[in-house]
Amino acid sequence: MKYLYFPGCSLKSSGRSYEESLLSVLKKMNVGVEEIDDWNCCGATNYMAMNERNAIGITARNLALAEKQGKEDIMAPCAACYMGLLKTQKYIETEPKVKETVLTNLKKSGLEFENTSKVRHPLDIFINDISLDTIKDNVYAPLKGVKVACYYGCQLTRPYATFDDQRDPQSMENIVKALGGTPVEWPIKTRCCSGSMTSTVSEIGLRMSYLILKEAKDRGADVMITACPLCQFNLECFQGKMSGKYGENVKMPVMYFTQLMGMAFGLDKKELGLHRMLSPELSLS
Amino acid sequence: MTMKSTQNNLPLQEISHESDLDKNFGKHIAKMAHGEKLFGCIQCGNCSASCPMSVYMDHTPRKIIAMIRAGFRDEVLSSKTIWLCASCYNCTVECPKGIKITEIMYALKRDAILTKNYPKGFPIPILSRTFYNEVKRSGRINETSLLMKYYFSYNIFKSLGYAALAIKLFFTGRLILFEKGIKNKAGLKQMLSSSKN
Amino acid sequence: MSNQKEEIRIGYYVCHCGHNIAGVIDVKSVAEYCAKLPNVVVAREYKYMCSDPGQELIQKDIKELNLNRVVVASCSPLLHESTFRGATSKAGLNQFYMQMVNIRENASWVHESKEEATEKAKDLSRAAIHRVAFNKALEKKKVPVNPTALVVGGGIAGIAAAMSLANAGKKVYLVEKDPTIGGYMAKFDKTFPTLDCAACILTPKMSSVLKHPNITLLSYSEVSEVEGYVGNYKIKVTRKPRYVKEELCVGCYDCITACTFKEGKFPDEFNFGLSKRKPVYIPFPQATPLVAVIDEKTCIHFKTGKCPQTCAKACERNAIDFTQKPEVVELNVGVVILTTGFQPFDAKKASNYGYGKYPNVFTSLEVERLVNASGPTEGHVVLRDGVTHPKSIGIIHCVGSRDEKTNKWCSRVCCMYSLKLAHLLKEHSGAEIYNFYIDMRTPGKGYEEFYDKLLNEGVQFIRGRVAEVNDWATTPEEKGKLLIRAEDTMIGMVRRIPVDMVVLAVGLEPGKDAQEIRKMFNISCSNEGFFLERHPKLAPVDTFTEGVFIAGACQGPKDIPDSVAQAGAAAAQALALIDTGHVELEPNTAFITEERCCGCQVCVAMCPYTAISFDPVKKASSINEALCKGCGTCVAACGSNAITQNLFTDVEIMSEIDGILIN
Ligand code: SF4
Ligand code: SF4
Repeated sequence: MKYLYFPGCSLKSSGRSYEESLLSVLKKMNVGVEEIDDWNCCGATNYMAMNERNAIGITARNLALAEKQGKEDIMAPCAACYMGLLKTQKYIETEPKVKETVLTNLKKSGLEFENTSKVRHPLDIFINDISLDTIKDNVYAPLKGVKVACYYGCQLTRPYATFDDQRDPQSMENIVKALGGTPVEWPIKTRCCSGSMTSTVSEIGLRMSYLILKEAKDRGADVMITACPLCQFNLECFQGKMSGKYGENVKMPVMYFTQLMGMAFGLDKKELGLHRMLSPELSLS
Repeated sequence: MTMKSTQNNLPLQEISHESDLDKNFGKHIAKMAHGEKLFGCIQCGNCSASCPMSVYMDHTPRKIIAMIRAGFRDEVLSSKTIWLCASCYNCTVECPKGIKITEIMYALKRDAILTKNYPKGFPIPILSRTFYNEVKRSGRINETSLLMKYYFSYNIFKSLGYAALAIKLFFTGRLILFEKGIKNKAGLKQMLSSSKN
Repeated sequence: MSNQKEEIRIGYYVCHCGHNIAGVIDVKSVAEYCAKLPNVVVAREYKYMCSDPGQELIQKDIKELNLNRVVVASCSPLLHESTFRGATSKAGLNQFYMQMVNIRENASWVHESKEEATEKAKDLSRAAIHRVAFNKALEKKKVPVNPTALVVGGGIAGIAAAMSLANAGKKVYLVEKDPTIGGYMAKFDKTFPTLDCAACILTPKMSSVLKHPNITLLSYSEVSEVEGYVGNYKIKVTRKPRYVKEELCVGCYDCITACTFKEGKFPDEFNFGLSKRKPVYIPFPQATPLVAVIDEKTCIHFKTGKCPQTCAKACERNAIDFTQKPEVVELNVGVVILTTGFQPFDAKKASNYGYGKYPNVFTSLEVERLVNASGPTEGHVVLRDGVTHPKSIGIIHCVGSRDEKTNKWCSRVCCMYSLKLAHLLKEHSGAEIYNFYIDMRTPGKGYEEFYDKLLNEGVQFIRGRVAEVNDWATTPEEKGKLLIRAEDTMIGMVRRIPVDMVVLAVGLEPGKDAQEIRKMFNISCSNEGFFLERHPKLAPVDTFTEGVFIAGACQGPKDIPDSVAQAGAAAAQALALIDTGHVELEPNTAFITEERCCGCQVCVAMCPYTAISFDPVKKASSINEALCKGCGTCVAACGSNAITQNLFTDVEIMSEIDGILIN
């Protein structure tokens, strides 16, 4: 099993521990990963707000680079990158005019593009390629009694992804169960965390992230797991600020689902980037 | 909708005259968003109700659709709503008429930028522009330089509020000061289309 | 090419159909063009060929110009072929010498370019002019109609249709798949807008059906095979075993009381699972027929064979019979009325409303039973726990209606039944009631007035489609409640409304078995899967299969008054057919030229209507004209070229093709 890896900008900076833990866990399960050479930013939500053809164009460049490199599926761990890549594929399929411009532009920089790769999120890969049984087999320290709030955020399951239910996804819950933990039932796991609004209009952004943390805490979660670097950043890094602002302590461990997997697999904290986290640590007794 | 002031400073809303409206606006936006279905909107408000941002918006998403259709071009383009859309796609997957509302919001953002109609002094368009140029320049986003540039063009004092966080991120190795960018910057530049939207 | 002895004299008529054709096609130039074609004696255009003056035009020409062929270029033959055939025969010419060309559905309605549409009209007309020279004079066969009717489905529509026919003195078989007739109406408490008690008006009708000397009720039965043709259908009906002898059972409940299960244990279908029943049960006290039924899926005897059979012992009339097997009855009928109804939308599919996840989310049908005095709670409105009275209730309209993700159509009845439920819930519980609607649709006699009554009763109306129902409480008052989130579009604000109970107004869908029934009776369905009427305005209860009529919700969502009205219309159509005494069959049947038949019997196996049989003595196949539907399958399949089909002979088809190609 091998995948072409599209890390995206965040996994190389603020989301480093996502990359570290993901690669460690995959290594433990003997899954090969090869980074796409000279990949560029996916454009996130901002590019589409400025220029459609270029937004599709820069993402198509990544898909074209991947095609050049191999036939394997592309693994995109960041929800925004993942959605952006899927969206680009859809646009190329359904909008002939956009396709024409994009292909011509790619040609200008010497790239051919056939739109043949499959784009996958690690959750999809864990569940459907690697299987829950293999995950179970790798568990060293089961998460007995640990209550986990699985938070998906928005773009991971919407609107193009097909590997899970859009309204009530279960992939992370199933992984938590395989790890021996207990997923918490809660109604807002796909509600948006506000994205970059924690820095632009923080009075709105912080409140939205706060509501998510508060609900998870109210439902008795010991830890929240995420599968997107932006969600993670918002929910992890502003806990002090929110607790002060809204007069309610919402501090709790927030980590990538791959970090939690790594912990259950008995991997080293450093390997999982746990030393980089700003939210409280999850102690497994 | 022209607003006039009465003696007591009460805003007086005049009737909207057909001649004030841009009758082609709906078609124009539908084309930009690849979404002719926008005309099938039944004004059910499911989009607004599923939108996590709608409570902060000046017009709810449903109302924006109605205004687009009717031709309230200036009011729509200068609204904060379109910039508060977080692109979470909840409305799009829930709309009973299959209207791609998120893409319409994107099209409105682009149109607002093109026609310089976006709300002045509102931070979100500034971030988008900064982000756009940053990727154009280096191919990747360096969060440090992005935020620096963004705060510089928006509100330098605001960045101070984030200084403590920045320091923490730096010491945990999560804040990268220098991003080399991609190797083939020239190639990327070449392929970025000169097309306007 | 032509080898006829007689001189062919064709009259050609192109119709404007108002603007429908003439708005796109240059009819004048088409007529001028056709006038010059071989054998054409006269070519005319006229505003409405189907009108009396239009028809008279043809008749006058036939007589004065001695025409012996007629071509009419107008709308679909489905609509007016019989009109123009009639006009032709009135003028003394065999009606099959008239050929129709459809330049409306096939040209003017579907093309944007006027030039191209006009060219196409010329091409199609030329083809018909070539062909008509070879048309043969044919006669329609008359066959008698069996004066017996079959009604499939014992809901209110089926009951009404059966009663009308029976009262007119016709023998009727009424087939119902459930153990009792009554359908959905039997489960309702009150009916809108008059609020009269559904049972009070329905149950007398149900017992009249049972008592009527002209009606044979086959309950717990399904149609399994259909053969024959209009006037002469052969229907096989499978009677499912009740394990209780219908003729002996008097519905005394002794067996049910005596069942080894002391309490009901299995979800009761009649109450949508809100109560429990035993394996032996009677659906409800007014069930018709009032006969017990044993459900083999839950009965211990059928599961393990180790039941003491206390039920059988308790029955003084020895009605219980565990050895019953499915039984097939054969019926000969002349006409069929399908009243097979609908199925409610599965609320679980609208997963954002939490049905099945949050116990206090109910479907409207469950609530019909809850507010019903003879329902599982005797009319007390309580939550799923069976005791708590809700203080606030939200009714969500359009669940599984007007939604591209589920069903696109408006289900027509939900607004009104939601208003009714709002009224009844308020009356029974005093709770605060909120209605969430997209558009309020109250087009019926007294319906808008009912809405007005509700508005004044203090029921709250919020115009907005609910995005979701969940238990995400953000304030102390919201704790423990279900939260409904919708935009109040009239105000332009998003509202969160905490309630104790949510009612989902589920829409109407084609029945589960609609496709099977459609195939058996050889009728069509519209896109959404409801049975298709022959014409939406002018033949709303006819189908494309003669002698088969439709009524009620199997044709599309509709309420009780409309279903009953349609049932009456279908019964009238059926009566008209029966009382004519005979039907004329299209002579488009196939026949076999014995000398050419090699006896391979390929056709026998191919015929979908089992109309072909093989005669071992003659060593040739032959076709039963009465059964042949003229589908042409055998004609194409025959390797010996021994089969010919009237109206579609080789020379007719080839000359038509020639006409298209030769320009
Ligand atoms: S959800 Fe769709 S149909 Fe309803 S108001 Fe919004 S855009 Fe219109
Ligand atoms: S995509 Fe935008 S408009 Fe739609 S629900 Fe999300 S934030 Fe609201």
